[in-house]
This record gives sequence, C-alpha cells and structure tokens, in this order.
Amino acid sequence: MPTASVPARRQSSKVRRQRLRAAWLFLIPMLVVLAAVAGWPLVRTIWFSFTDASFSSISEYGWVGFENYLVYDDGMWFGVLADPAWWQAVWNTLFFTVVSVGAETILGLIIALTLNARFRGRGWVRAAVLIPWAIPTIVSAKMWGWMLHDQFGIINDLLMTLGIIAEPLNWTANADLSMWAVIMVDVWKTTPFMALLALAALQMLPSDCYEAAKVDGINPVRVFFKVTLPLITPALMVAIIFRVLDALRVFDVIYVLTSNSEDTMSMSVYARQQLVQFQDVGYGSAASTVLFMIIALATITYLYLGRKQIGGEA
Amino acid sequence: MNVRLLKKIAGKVGFAVLLLAILLFTVFPFYYAILTSFKSGSELFTVDYWISSFDFANYAAVLGQGSFVKSIWNSVLVSLATVLIAMGFGLTAAYALGRVQFRGRSAVLMIVLGVSMFPQVAVLSGLFEVIRAMNLYNDPLALIFSYTIFTLPFTVWILTTFMRQLPKELEEAAIVDGASPITTLFKVFIPLMWPAMATTGLLAFIAAWNEFLFALTFTLTDDQRTVPVAIALITGGSQHELPWGNLMAASVIVTVPLVVLVLIFQRRIVSGLTAGAVKG
Amino acid sequence: MACVELKNINKTFGNEEILPCVNLRIEDGEFVVFVGPSGCGKSTMLRLIAGLEDPTGGDIEIDGRVVTEESPKERGVGMVFQSYALYPHMTVYENIAFGLKLGTANKSRIREWVEKTAEVLQLEKLLERKPRELSGGQRQRVAIGRAMAREPKIMLFDEPLSNLDASLRVQMRTEIAKLHDRLQSTMIYVTHDQVEAMTLADKIVVLNRGNVEQVGTPYELYEHPASLFVAGFIGSPRMNLMPGRIAGATGGASTQVEVGGLGTLTMNRTSDGLTPGDAVTVGVRPEHFRLELSGPDRGLEVVNVEYLGNEAYVYIELPAMDELMVVRQPVPCEICPGQRVELGTDADLVHVFDHTGRALPAFTPQPEAAGVAEAANR
Ligand SMILES: Nc1ncnc2c1ncn2[C@@H]1O[C@H](COP(=O)(O)OP(=O)(O)O)[C@@H](O)[C@H]1O
Ligand SMILES: [Mg+2]
Repeated sequence: MPTASVPARRQSSKVRRQRLRAAWLFLIPMLVVLAAVAGWPLVRTIWFSFTDASFSSISEYGWVGFENYLVYDDGMWFGVLADPAWWQAVWNTLFFTVVSVGAETILGLIIALTLNARFRGRGWVRAAVLIPWAIPTIVSAKMWGWMLHDQFGIINDLLMTLGIIAEPLNWTANADLSMWAVIMVDVWKTTPFMALLALAALQMLPSDCYEAAKVDGINPVRVFFKVTLPLITPALMVAIIFRVLDALRVFDVIYVLTSNSEDTMSMSVYARQQLVQFQDVGYGSAASTVLFMIIALATITYLYLGRKQIGGEA
Repeated sequence: MNVRLLKKIAGKVGFAVLLLAILLFTVFPFYYAILTSFKSGSELFTVDYWISSFDFANYAAVLGQGSFVKSIWNSVLVSLATVLIAMGFGLTAAYALGRVQFRGRSAVLMIVLGVSMFPQVAVLSGLFEVIRAMNLYNDPLALIFSYTIFTLPFTVWILTTFMRQLPKELEEAAIVDGASPITTLFKVFIPLMWPAMATTGLLAFIAAWNEFLFALTFTLTDDQRTVPVAIALITGGSQHELPWGNLMAASVIVTVPLVVLVLIFQRRIVSGLTAGAVKG
Repeated sequence: MACVELKNINKTFGNEEILPCVNLRIEDGEFVVFVGPSGCGKSTMLRLIAGLEDPTGGDIEIDGRVVTEESPKERGVGMVFQSYALYPHMTVYENIAFGLKLGTANKSRIREWVEKTAEVLQLEKLLERKPRELSGGQRQRVAIGRAMAREPKIMLFDEPLSNLDASLRVQMRTEIAKLHDRLQSTMIYVTHDQVEAMTLADKIVVLNRGNVEQVGTPYELYEHPASLFVAGFIGSPRMNLMPGRIAGATGGASTQVEVGGLGTLTMNRTSDGLTPGDAVTVGVRPEHFRLELSGPDRGLEVVNVEYLGNEAYVYIELPAMDELMVVRQPVPCEICPGQRVELGTDADLVHVFDHTGRALPAFTPQPEAAGVAEAANR
C-alpha cells in the first residue's frame, strides 16, 4: 500500500471563497449601520463627558478633563461621582433591579408551571398573559397611575373595602411607596416575558424524569426543587440576565409614573435629566458613561462566568 | 377513599383559583382602562368594577385632536420603516452569520449582542449630535434612524437562529444547481423565511411602537411626536388634574392593535421570543 | 460522460480524520456504488466529488483535469440528496428549471429541457404541484429530475432510497438502473444497503472507517471478498465466520485449517507466511453448507429453523462461535430444532482470513506470473 504523506493544507475552493466574500459583503452594511447608530454615538458620548458641551449649542464646547466625573475644588468634591443624587439613583436602580427581577422570576415560574399543565383554553390564557408584554410601557404606567390614583384609584378603593388600609395611600408621591408602585408596574409588564421563557424551558424538559419521580411517589414540591428547577436553571439564567440588563437601564416607567422625583430616579432618568432638562451635555454624558460602564461590566462578568461554566461542562 | 376524592376536588379548585388569579392579574388593568375610557365627567370619580356605560365622548375628544391622529400616523410610519430597514440589513447579515463558517463570526455575533445591551441613554448625546448634523431634529426620520440601534441587533439575532434551522441540504442543492450566495438567499431562503420574518417583524414593530426615550428627546412639537410621547404628555387644566378619561381612551386606541396582533400571532411571538433568548 | 479519479484524498474534520488516504478511479459511464456501514465516510467522499466539501489533501480529477477547487457546476455534477432537498416553495417545474434558469438558456429551451426530463421520469402530470403535494416516490423522481436536467456528466446519489418504503424502494431501484442504461452517464451512488449495491452496481467500493476495503464487481465481492470486513458485510444472511487454526504443513497448493466442532478442512489456498498453529478465521456462506442428519451423540445441535417460504434458515450452535451458524436450506426442509446434524462443505467455497483480516489468496499454478502482475499494478 502506498503510504502517501498527507499534503500540506490547501487553499479553499472557489465555492468556499465565494461564500466567504458574500458573507462579508452581507455583513458590512449591517456593521456600518451599527457603527453609525451605536458605535459613533457612544464614542461621542464618552467624548462629551470630558467637555462642558450644552444641549442647545452642542457643537461649542471646551475640554474639562475629568471635571464632570470628579473634581476637588475649594475644599469640596464635585462631579457625578460626588453627587448624592447620583448615588441615590444608583441605589434606586439596583433596588429596583433586584426586587423586580426577583419578583418577576418567581411569579413567572408560577405562571409557567400553571400553563405547563394541560387544560382546555390554554392557548387563550397564554395569549392573555402576553397582553401586558405588548402594551407600551408608557401606557401601562398611565393605566397603573390611574389605578393607583390617591383619591379615585381602584386599588385604594379595593384595599379600603377589604379593610386593609384605613385611608387612601398616595402611591406615586409618597416617598416610601413610590418605588414599590414602580416595581408593581414593571412586574406586571414584564412577568409575561419571564413566564413565557420559563414555559419554553419547561416544555423542552424530557418527560421521563417526571414519570420516574411520579412513580416513586415523590411530593410534587420536592420534584420541583430537586428535578425541575435544576434542569431549567440554565434557560432561566439567560432570561434573568436579559431582564437584569434591561432593568439596569430602566427609564420609561419611572419617568412617566413618578416623573423626576428623587425617591425613584434611576440612573437613566438622572442622566437624561442632566442632559435635556438641565442642558448639561457634559455632565449628563459623564453619568451616561458611568451607566454604560456598569452595564458593560455586568455583561462581561456574565459572559466570562458563562464561558467558564460552559468550559467546565465540556 | 373519601379523603382522596376531597383532595382531588381541592386540587382542581385550587388550580382554577390560580388560573383565575393569573388572568385577573394580567388582564384586569387593561380591562379597567377600557372601563374608564367609557366614563366621562363626574362618573370618573366613582370606582366601578363593571362596565356600566358606553360613552364614546373620550374617544371623540382624543381623535378630534389633530395632533393625536398625526402622532398615530407618525408611529405607524416610524415603526413600519424601522421594521423594513432592520429586515433589509438583518436578513443578509443573518445569512452570513447563520450559514457561513468564517473567522470572526463569533466576534460579529458578540458585537451584535453587545449593541443590543446598550443603555439607550448612553448614546443619547452622541445620537443627538448626529441627528443635529443630519438636520433631522424634530423629524420622525430621526426616530427611524435611532430605533435601528435596538431593532437591528435583535432582528439579526433572531433571524440568525431561524436561518440556522433551515436544512443544510437545501443550500447544497442550490450550490449544485449553480446558485450564487445572493441567489440562494433571495430565491431559496427568503421565500422560506416568511414565518420567521413575520415573527421578527412583529417583535421589531412592537418594540418600535413602544419606544419612548428617543421619541421624547428627538422630537419637539406635537405634530412630530409618536403616540407614547403624545400620551405621556397629555395634560389637563392643571398639573394635578389629568383628563383620565381621554388618557385611557388614547391608551386603549394605541393598545388595541397590539393586543389584536398578540392574540392572532401569539404562537409566532412566543417562538420569536424564545428563539432570541433561549437558543442564544 | 466522464471519468473521475481521486488521488491521495485526505479529509479531516477538526482533529478527526474521516478519510485517511483514498485512491480511486471511476470509469466513464460506470455505475459505481459506495457501500459501507453508517458513518464510514461514504457521504463525505461523495460530497468531495460533488465539490460540496474541500479535501484536506489530495486532488480530484474529472476527465484528467484537476477540479479540486472548482464549483459543482463547473465540475458538471448533479446530485440527489437523501432528504430530496426539493425547494418547498417551488413547483415541480420550477424545481427542475431552477438550475437551468441560472444558466444562459432561454425560456423555450428551458421548457423543452424540463419537459424532456419530466417525460423520462413520468412527471408530466405533476409539473404544477408543490413538493408537499407529492408522495415520497414522486418527490424522489423530482429530485432525480432536478439533478439530471442540466445533463450533468456525473450524477451523484446519496442514499436516495432510504426514506422510501420497501416496495417503492425496489421499484425506484429498477427505475434508476433503467435511467443509467438510457443516459449512459457516470453515476456514483451511496448506500448502506448491500442489496441495493449488489443489484445496481457495475462496480462496488466497500468502505470501512474511511478506508477502501475492496473495489470490484458484485460478483468479485461476493465470491472473492478480499477481507474479513467485506466478507461479513456483503451477503445476507451474513457469511459464517469461525475461528480456526492452521493445521498441518503450510505453503504450497493447499492449506489445512482446523475449526473447533467442524474438524479439519483442506482447501486450495496458499498459506505462505503462516505457520501451523496460527489463528485464522474461516468463512463459509450459509448456502455453501450441506446438512446431513447425524446420530444423537454426534454432530451439532440445531437450535432453530426459520421458514421463509422460498427457503429456510437453519441455526446451528457451534461451540467455538459466539453467534449461531446459519445454513440456507431449500424447502421443504425436514430438519427440526433439537436434531443433530453434520456439516459438509466444498473446499473451493471456503474463505480463510489471516489475523489481520486479509483473505488468503486462492492457489494459482503460476505464482511468479501472478506476483509480477500484482507488482505491476502497484
Ligand atoms: N461537517 C462535519 N463536521 C464534523 N464531522 C463530520 C462532518 N460531516 C461528517 N462528519 C463525520 O464524518 C464521519 C463520516 O460521515 P459520513 O460521510 O456522513 O458517513 P456516512 O458513511 O454514514 O455517509 C462521521 O463520523 C461524521 O460524524
Ligand atoms: Mg451518509
């Protein structure tokens, strides 16, 4: 038998080269658009954060270095990082993120488990669950704003009829309650997303492990925690990450429900207030940049952990 | 025996109550908005749980405002154009990312995913400058341009996962038939992608229709706004006296098309949402 | 019309070497079948010839021209896929015409071609239907029609019948054979089904883990399997393979092999290079045994008898073998389970394989001449 040595790696064939060329040709328009709508504006935002540009005359600005972030002047600290309102916004955002995503996950799981059971009209219930997801955030904030109205709101009426509260609460203006009102609206609006993703994960599970558990006569609650939850955790994690990254940039619901109140102001609301209302593009850009950094850091951490996990499994 | 039967009944009742609670939780706010939208005058200030009157005065008032009708038109225009643009760039990119093995593919996917995570406020000042430079401030075209930042990555992402599911042999048959990649994409794949494109388009449309921050920032006058902004800016005589009836009527008007779409296409929407998230 | 030649073809996917080094020549107009167990690299080889896969090393020539870097169209191949891969949104007409439209031909020429193809494959009445409105066999014919419409020099088939039910498979097999007679183009056909291979092929290529085990006509493969693998793979029921040892003198015209339970067989094979006591494998096809009833304490026990109508399989337990031995018997067959039988066979019909699995060559009177011829072949 002639044991011919394997020749060196060759150039790829015409078909392959043609496909490669086409692939880049197809990608370049998209990459150009992304660069125009995302890359360049981001670079400019970071650039503005080192200037004193203002919203009305954005093209005239002077270089101010790190002044928008942090500066020591006259025995005082100034800049975004020295502003208690900013740190209040950071705290509000984190609180909002943790509580609302946590609640959404739990409620979403309950809904998913319910919808995973077979019953008549399941399709309709699933469609009904999607309604809050499709409603514009603005509209849902307004709807809830009306339901939470201090004098004529149905929620106060209901709670008073049931004897839970003695007199109407001012949900959106009361400093202790307003964040909870915001969270309530967000949970209502985004639980469907969680529920549907959890449901999809549940429906991909192999049914034999359930049957095994059923035959063994294990308590359903135990089955959920020992079998179901571990199996859907990966898919659920992805959904949670999506929601966390979404919640960290929350704007609409807070802006509409409670306006620029400091008790509920998120990082995005803070940044936009500086940019547009106070016309301070430099300062607002600095806040935006910090927000971007926080989200980038969260994403990178997630990707890094995710890769490590995948690497560990392989 | 009796205990088991009781347990079974209790289980069924419990399930029904749970189901009812879920339905109430998801549907009630929308129902209450409809209920309110049919009330007017002092009726608004009494709490009702059932629809008792059908007064279309609020709808007439809202639709009688030229600027609100204009803003619906703006929203339709902006959302449709955004969807078309995202589809155009997204389909070709999805072909490249879903069907061709090349170096740098995962880097491009990372960029796409990364952009979809961008906080909108982080590009606000930069985009504002670009829009000013293009002379598009207070113009719905500015919104079409800026909405691409979230619709495009997500369109690419979902279409890529759908594109990947098409059988490999179909493409190979086209190659053997002598089709170039462009011919394969347009003559073989795109005709088969209609369901996926409908799903993606629908999701992109809803996202664009609901957008608020850019629309609020990049438009100035009433006749250039989109509906979310128009609704957010509806005010009454004084700041503490919002015209709730009008507000709810407007809310119902912009929401009903979406709810109808959701009810018709719920299967597609679910498949799109899960394709975007679970398989990514 | 074309001949195909694979020269030192090597193919790896990642770190996995699927085809180590394949050399193969396919003549003009031949019907060649690649056969082998699933996963042995048949499809990969076909796709290399088609130009859908790039070889890691080596070259492919068509009519003496190196085509390794050319596209399937430039190579002039047509291909029928296992899943048919018809374009679901196009009618039968459009499916067949798709490749033609991409050429330079004008509309009326295309119509002419499509109609001619449809006529050959009896698709005239189905031209306006969509693939989902067709039965499996009809889809298969459309797939063939699409592949042949451009009149390719080489037609490639990748397990085209495996999705059809048994009776349709037999029918399509005949149709493909007729098509080959009619078109006279080179056809390369991949299957894991040895019956398909035997009935269709001018030449069979047996593949095992990416290696070409043997190339030959169906007759050669059946009668003279070059290796244990081919012997076991071709033929149904399988050839009986029994462990044995070389007994008696080696070298020369005959070899004696001792098989536990069967006794010592003498056959005209050369056993050069083997010494008495070496382990070998002895192969006898089920139809090459003679059975005779023996006394109760002699011979071997019949475990089972399967009656198939036109013949019967008698299963016999041989202590040295893990599996049961199969013997094909004409019907009516009087042998019953539990009886004991003696096995006889013809020395010419016994195959012997050495410990590497190569067949011991049959003894030929002029060993020098044969050796020279073989050397020349290399
Ligand atoms: N694109 C590919 N990437 C990696 N491995 C592959 C690829 N295509 C085929 N293989 C591997 O090559 C081997 C041979 O595959 P194939 O040629 O399809 O076998 P078969 O003889 O069944 O047609 C299999 O083990 C298969 O897993
Ligand atoms: Mg195969």
